[in-house]
Amino acid sequence: MMKKILAYGFLTLVLLCVYAPIFILIIFSFTDANIVGQWHGFSLELYKRLFTVERLRNMIVNTVVLALLAATVSTVLGTLGALGMFYSKKAWKKVLGGASNINVINAEIVIAVSLALVFSMFAFNKTYYSLLIGHVAFCTPFVVLSVIPKLKQMDASLYEAALDLGATPRKALFRVVLPEILPGVIAGFMLALTLSLDDYIITSFTKPAEFDTISTYVYNAVKNTAKSELPAFRALAAVIFLIIVIVVVILNVRAGKKNKNETFMKKEIK
Amino acid sequence: MASSVKAVERENYVGERKNFRALFKRSYLAIPYGLFLALFVVFPLFLIVYYAFTDKNGGFTFNNFVTFFSSSTYISNLFISIGIACVTTAACLLIAYPVAYILSRFKSARSYIFVLLFIAPMWINFVLRAYALREILNLLGLLGKANFLNTVIGMVYDFLPFMILPIYTTLIKMDKSLEEASADLGGNGAVTFFKVTLPLSVPGIISGAMMVFLPSMSCYVITDTFGNSKVPLIGKLIESMFGTNANWNMGSALAIIMLLIMFITMLLTGGFKGEKETTRGNAL
Repeated sequence: MMKKILAYGFLTLVLLCVYAPIFILIIFSFTDANIVGQWHGFSLELYKRLFTVERLRNMIVNTVVLALLAATVSTVLGTLGALGMFYSKKAWKKVLGGASNINVINAEIVIAVSLALVFSMFAFNKTYYSLLIGHVAFCTPFVVLSVIPKLKQMDASLYEAALDLGATPRKALFRVVLPEILPGVIAGFMLALTLSLDDYIITSFTKPAEFDTISTYVYNAVKNTAKSELPAFRALAAVIFLIIVIVVVILNVRAGKKNKNETFMKKEIK
Repeated sequence: MASSVKAVERENYVGERKNFRALFKRSYLAIPYGLFLALFVVFPLFLIVYYAFTDKNGGFTFNNFVTFFSSSTYISNLFISIGIACVTTAACLLIAYPVAYILSRFKSARSYIFVLLFIAPMWINFVLRAYALREILNLLGLLGKANFLNTVIGMVYDFLPFMILPIYTTLIKMDKSLEEASADLGGNGAVTFFKVTLPLSVPGIISGAMMVFLPSMSCYVITDTFGNSKVPLIGKLIESMFGTNANWNMGSALAIIMLLIMFITMLLTGGFKGEKETTRGNAL
């Protein structure tokens, strides 16, 4: 009993530390005081600012559009890559797999620097293309890593069977193989999305000068203490938190339904 | 007659298909990604090596490395980075292990929600999360007083989920009957934990440590946010070489040193042999 209280107490304490900064930010997003800790009465001014001040609105749109683009390109490239790698000869598999994992373990600053060197060499660093390629370069390996296990789990004879039944290779890939590995592809897409949304270092090395994502904008504002813009970030934190809560609840409800269905099916079988 | 025509048609059809099969290999699907990797992952690394061993005019030189190892500022930066990374990793481990351990003992339905609670903050933009914590430290009057301590607090706050998840995964996958066996053979709680559970969870600890150690050596966003830019990290140094200092050759040499440290830590921890759990991919 004592142990249980200790365990729950510890978990609660850690969760409190993790969430306290976020919750305090959210609470103070409903007042227009410049400093957290001062309360100037309830107001939605910060939310209004977040969506009407052009620079703030631009950074949000930029971040989301870039993340969606990068995740889509990464998912296509990575899924094809994983498929090709999986069916390659052993030597090629090793070479490609090794090269693919470089950016997974590499420090972000080294990736950023090396990319900046290449982009400068081809004279297109600090353009939207360099930014997109940079994001794709560090997101795609994670897509590969989430697709490969699904390929391993798949019954290898399914593709052969589809061909023998008269499907063209393209049809067999799209109608038979793709549905089998789809959960891995979706997980890869989501992962690429979150990685791209979160990135600072690679973005700052490859982005155009006038272009800002949430990460670079907030970093610069905090560093140069552009005080007038800081309060609006409280509203931003609140909005992002709300989106996360909604997504988590939806996932939970769906997972719950699935569990119920599964237990139901088990009962049926019995 | 008709049937033989059909037979010929069928033979042609089968032949065509075989031809197509010979022409199209599924391994070809990897060609775009292979080219991409060659151009934007492997080639850039060679370019770093090239820059590190040349001077501004493109002549071969060891000078960048000589400068690094003969400058007390650079060396102290390196040791400060390693020190901060070690302290951060240790602090994360001390908090994350008990959390992961308790979570892994929960009944399945409840644990799912609790694990989500611990991962969810990761989905908030990490610069924004750092800013949130900075405001709290500011509110408590800690900001600007203890730069190193604040930096470590900031890093632990941002990297904690990366440590919890791999440890939790290994603990969940562990064969529980081993613990029961230990108990049956007379091992008390502590003995079972230190002789069975802890050794078996080492792979998770290593994965987590790798995910915290390397980023915290180079994550200058945190030092700038919490340490008033007064905590020199090797990552910050590299950034300044490509920014204000405009010395790409020195910057590349520093990047090579980061790569070397990465290789050494991986060799020491056996990260090369390990499962692919060393990835942030498992974070989802």
